[in-house]
Amino acid sequence: MTAQIRLGADIGGTFTDIALEAEGALFSTKVLTNYAAPEQAILDGMDIVLSQAGLGYADLDILIHGTTLATNALIERRGARTAFVTTEGFRDVIEMRTESRFDQHDLNLLLPTPLVPREDRFAVAGRIDARGQELQPLDEAALQALAGRIAAGGYAAVAIGFIHSYLNPAHEQRARQIIAAKVGLPISISSEVSPQMREFERFNTVCANAYVRPRMADYLGRLQTRLQEKGAGCPVFMIHSGGGLISVETASEFPVRLIESGPAGGAIFAADVAQRFGLDKVVSYDMGGTTAKICLIEDFSPKTARSFEVARTTRFAKGSGMPISIPVIEMIEIGAGGGSIAWVDAMGRIQTGPESAGSEPGPACYQRGGERPAITDADLVLGKLDAENFAGGAIRLSTGKAQAAIARDVGERLSLAPQAAAFGICEVVDENMANAARVHAVENGKNISENLMVAFGGAAPLHAARLCEKLGIDRCLIPPGAGVGSAIGFLKAPFGYEALASRIIGLSTFDPQAVNALVEDLKVTAEGFVRQGAAGRILCEITAFMRYRGQGWEIPVPLPVRPFTAGDAGLIRQSFLDAYARFFGRAIDGLSGLEIEIVTLSVKASDERPAPESVSLTPGSRTIMPPQMREVFDPSATRMLPTGIIARDSLRPGDRVSGPVVVVERETSTVATAPFDVVMQSDGSLLLLRKDIAR
Amino acid sequence: MTDQTREIHMQVMWNRLISVVEEQAMTLLRTAFSTSVREAGDLSAGVFDPEGRMLAQAITGTPGHVNTMAEAVLHFIDEIGRENMFPGDTYVTNDPWKGTGHLHDITMVSPSFKGDRLVGFFACTAHVVDVGGRGFGADGKSVYEEGIQIPIMKFAERGVVNADLVRLLRANVRESNQVVGDFYSLAACNDVGHNRLIAMMEEIGLDTLDDLGDFIFTRTRAATLERIAGLPRGGWTNTLMTDGYDRPVRLVATVETRDGTVNVDFTGSDPQSRYGINVPIIYTKAYACYAMKCVVAPDIPNNWASLEPFTVSSPVNILNAERPAPVSLRHVFGHLVPDLVLGALAQALPGRILAEGSGALWNIHMSVRPLAQQSGQRAEILMFNSGGMGARPGLDGLSATAFPSGVMTMPIEATEHTGPVVIWRKELRPDSGGDGEYRGGLGQVIEIEPAPGHEFDFSAMFDRIGYAPRGREGGKDGAPGLAALDDGTRLKPKGWQHVPAGRRLVLHLPGGGGYGDPARRDAMARAEDLLKGYVTGGEK
Repeated sequence: MTAQIRLGADIGGTFTDIALEAEGALFSTKVLTNYAAPEQAILDGMDIVLSQAGLGYADLDILIHGTTLATNALIERRGARTAFVTTEGFRDVIEMRTESRFDQHDLNLLLPTPLVPREDRFAVAGRIDARGQELQPLDEAALQALAGRIAAGGYAAVAIGFIHSYLNPAHEQRARQIIAAKVGLPISISSEVSPQMREFERFNTVCANAYVRPRMADYLGRLQTRLQEKGAGCPVFMIHSGGGLISVETASEFPVRLIESGPAGGAIFAADVAQRFGLDKVVSYDMGGTTAKICLIEDFSPKTARSFEVARTTRFAKGSGMPISIPVIEMIEIGAGGGSIAWVDAMGRIQTGPESAGSEPGPACYQRGGERPAITDADLVLGKLDAENFAGGAIRLSTGKAQAAIARDVGERLSLAPQAAAFGICEVVDENMANAARVHAVENGKNISENLMVAFGGAAPLHAARLCEKLGIDRCLIPPGAGVGSAIGFLKAPFGYEALASRIIGLSTFDPQAVNALVEDLKVTAEGFVRQGAAGRILCEITAFMRYRGQGWEIPVPLPVRPFTAGDAGLIRQSFLDAYARFFGRAIDGLSGLEIEIVTLSVKASDERPAPESVSLTPGSRTIMPPQMREVFDPSATRMLPTGIIARDSLRPGDRVSGPVVVVERETSTVATAPFDVVMQSDGSLLLLRKDIAR
Repeated sequence: MTDQTREIHMQVMWNRLISVVEEQAMTLLRTAFSTSVREAGDLSAGVFDPEGRMLAQAITGTPGHVNTMAEAVLHFIDEIGRENMFPGDTYVTNDPWKGTGHLHDITMVSPSFKGDRLVGFFACTAHVVDVGGRGFGADGKSVYEEGIQIPIMKFAERGVVNADLVRLLRANVRESNQVVGDFYSLAACNDVGHNRLIAMMEEIGLDTLDDLGDFIFTRTRAATLERIAGLPRGGWTNTLMTDGYDRPVRLVATVETRDGTVNVDFTGSDPQSRYGINVPIIYTKAYACYAMKCVVAPDIPNNWASLEPFTVSSPVNILNAERPAPVSLRHVFGHLVPDLVLGALAQALPGRILAEGSGALWNIHMSVRPLAQQSGQRAEILMFNSGGMGARPGLDGLSATAFPSGVMTMPIEATEHTGPVVIWRKELRPDSGGDGEYRGGLGQVIEIEPAPGHEFDFSAMFDRIGYAPRGREGGKDGAPGLAALDDGTRLKPKGWQHVPAGRRLVLHLPGGGGYGDPARRDAMARAEDLLKGYVTGGEK
């Protein structure tokens, strides 16, 4: 490892989590996210963990940061007012989307509104063709005039997206030059942000980048200044959506790469747990204050993709959000967190989220001015939380305020007692998460119940057991530090970067020199990013995204990391055919001379990570009686049950406690519902194990 | 097993079955060659019981395919015969009357065997880029001119592909590699569904799908019948005028509710046309059922039991065309059937039914070639485009959104990679949404030019040029469509026409009708329309 004292900081919608690793010891804390000055919460948290560890700011070797600020700005539509400059004739690409309905039968369907409204989208003549040649020159005079309008228009950011710019960025670059001469705003161009074909996805991605950029750049600048004032001289790196690390400068320019960065850290955390226990099928479940994230992890690696959809608006339906085309750890995220607001719709159905109380004002029980009931309020009313010991005692919770808010907004409207209303709220949010998990597994062709769940994030251990009941999952691990899982995950993240280039290369005319030169370019780019933070050995993976000519979907084909020769065309062809048969059952035969082509080449570089120490799962060797009992609502029994209360740090490896039981710790509580027992593992993880599974 | 756990168990398996067909559809989407499938999602996939009754369909897919495929499987069982079915078989047809209404749609059915027991069928349908003949268009005088006909036969027996069929196909279609590739994709997607189904049955310990099928059909039938019982009793008739090929065509539907069924009768519609705009009844029925379902039971999953209570009847006419009528563009009137049926339902359910919309997709099939004496590229290019949807009671109509079809448009960057055309414009069409308390969705404007050194012929498949989408409950009509060249030359709504080098094809797609009295439209909504340029304020 290149750095001995590493600090991870994860800003979520509600909490900011800090994890410090020093000489093998781990220190962590949670503080409330500060919307006005997110960096202040980081410093507050750092003060706490540094003093726990007896260290100062100057002792840090590296700081790794991730944040959901960018994602939340998109979900909650709190970004900069953006001007979008695009090719004449294509003003409405981000509004017309795919011209389809994501629900076939719902005649009252609402489609998501575009990030940049029509009055802020401006079209300019100039056209690149499908071969990357200029078909019509850029109308520079019109751009000059437009730059003046933008300067006077009260905008905070500019996005530029032209047709076929992924093949030839000249017009976008020139347009940036012209506008930059008159407008002192950050300008994002689609050929840099997302050089992939398909105009709707690329334009939306560049608009999203521009939309969140001023906020993110300001914030990152302030963070660096404040850290320097505190005497921290260490480099700061950002975790990106693909799960690797990039510099703050890169992140400020391409903040769209930070979307899902916090969750990416969580996925790495879960992958590390999976590897430690040797579990090849894991579903990670990360529930914080604002959202819940679910990710499939096979063979210790999170699934990755080249594009994804964020901010789904309607029942998490595919197509109801917006596409973002960047390399990403593939997961599903929904507006279900401890702070998600519960409400009753026109048909008398309880709904939860996606609106979140966040940390300000927070759920009603925080007593910080929140009036509307949140999931945390319902958890408190059901007895799952200890009012005196929430977030390590950092916040005193008021059961009375929680009850009052639930009664007013949900209970009275449906004639339900507060406790029954609280149960309804929790069932709705748990069902929503279970549906999202099923949908995600289905989209990946997987069966969710075959997985072991790894649950983390402040709210997940409160809901994991019920979620497992709904999904038919019978084992769930809650690792130590679960309350700050993403921040710990940051510490495990490799310095990694994936560089992509779209070039169509037919195998029948395979030119090894040209391919070697392209791969070398990508390698230099990717390794350059990695070298910003890693001194040791760098591992490279080369992937060709390939298809039969005429198809629209490419499959990833791993290639050997060495210079190619003319004879390699046969090897690449065979690798493609094998991969094709693996994906789709059988390769296509009987086609005379059907060309096989590479569409995109990718080089992923990362530094070498040490493998974690391996441990094995234990079903427990002795049964422990909890020292205390309290009434807690059990969802499958649908009533309050006497429930054991036991401190996590009082459990020794092999201790098994019969559910229902609540295991309390500083940052969160783990609820084992009646169908589950809880077993302490040798690494400090808690295992929720269905009672009907043999010991 | 207690009733409660059985209930949950069955629900979970039902969900699993839907995930199996969803994966089947995704496979087709990812392996297909033609842009209409891979970019537009013009496909469907489903799983059936051994009797040929549809158990579940993929959410990905389009109603015209799904509801026709649901009937097609019965024809396959009849014609192949169970005694001739073996593991590893795949059957194929493009018969318009036994498949999905025109030759361009290839339907494949594969039996699913667990051991040597037939446990069900997988079926899928996709639109391929070419089937020979005159190409995708309305000009054929009979189905014989419209392309190669593949009667129900084996594409593969015990895993071995029928090489003679592939050779015959190859000799008869324009883009043979793409078409043959799509045949393989269709077969592969059924294989994926089969493998997933068998894995699921083994894991759960099922030998047959009988219990699950009973559960699905019982639940679905009960829910559907309950909704039908909530409809008023009676009969309601609606008439819709359309452009036709060279003269207007009248469509008439009568919706009649009875005990536990709803029938739609098409008596009164015009006779069969000489041109390829006729519709086999299997396709008419698909869209009539779809419209009914959207209103009566939108939340009930689609399967045999949810479709069974809806029936159609018709004498032979343009919506019940008989072989060998030309049917290539059957989708145009097929897509207008929902507006036709909804107009009748609006009389039964006042205040609940949206206004008329653009309806039929504005598909363009282009045959591009280099100018004489010049080098260049030949290509067949298909684009799907949508006008505006009608305004809903309480909501503005959706702009440039396909309804009733479920397909997506293709990215223009992908279209331009397919062949030498330049798409200069594809954006919303201001002032095209019908005024009303709720405004109709906007249509769109499209401009296409052959790439330098090329020209193209295109097959027009447009409607709502002569007759605008009508408003409802006092709402104004949407703007009718327009097809022209950029020099002002008006073009016909249907048939093959020419676009010379240097000229642009200009299409104005219709806007949706408005809903409710325009005087009641909210002032804020009007201000927003002006700000965004949805309405330019030049008139009114």
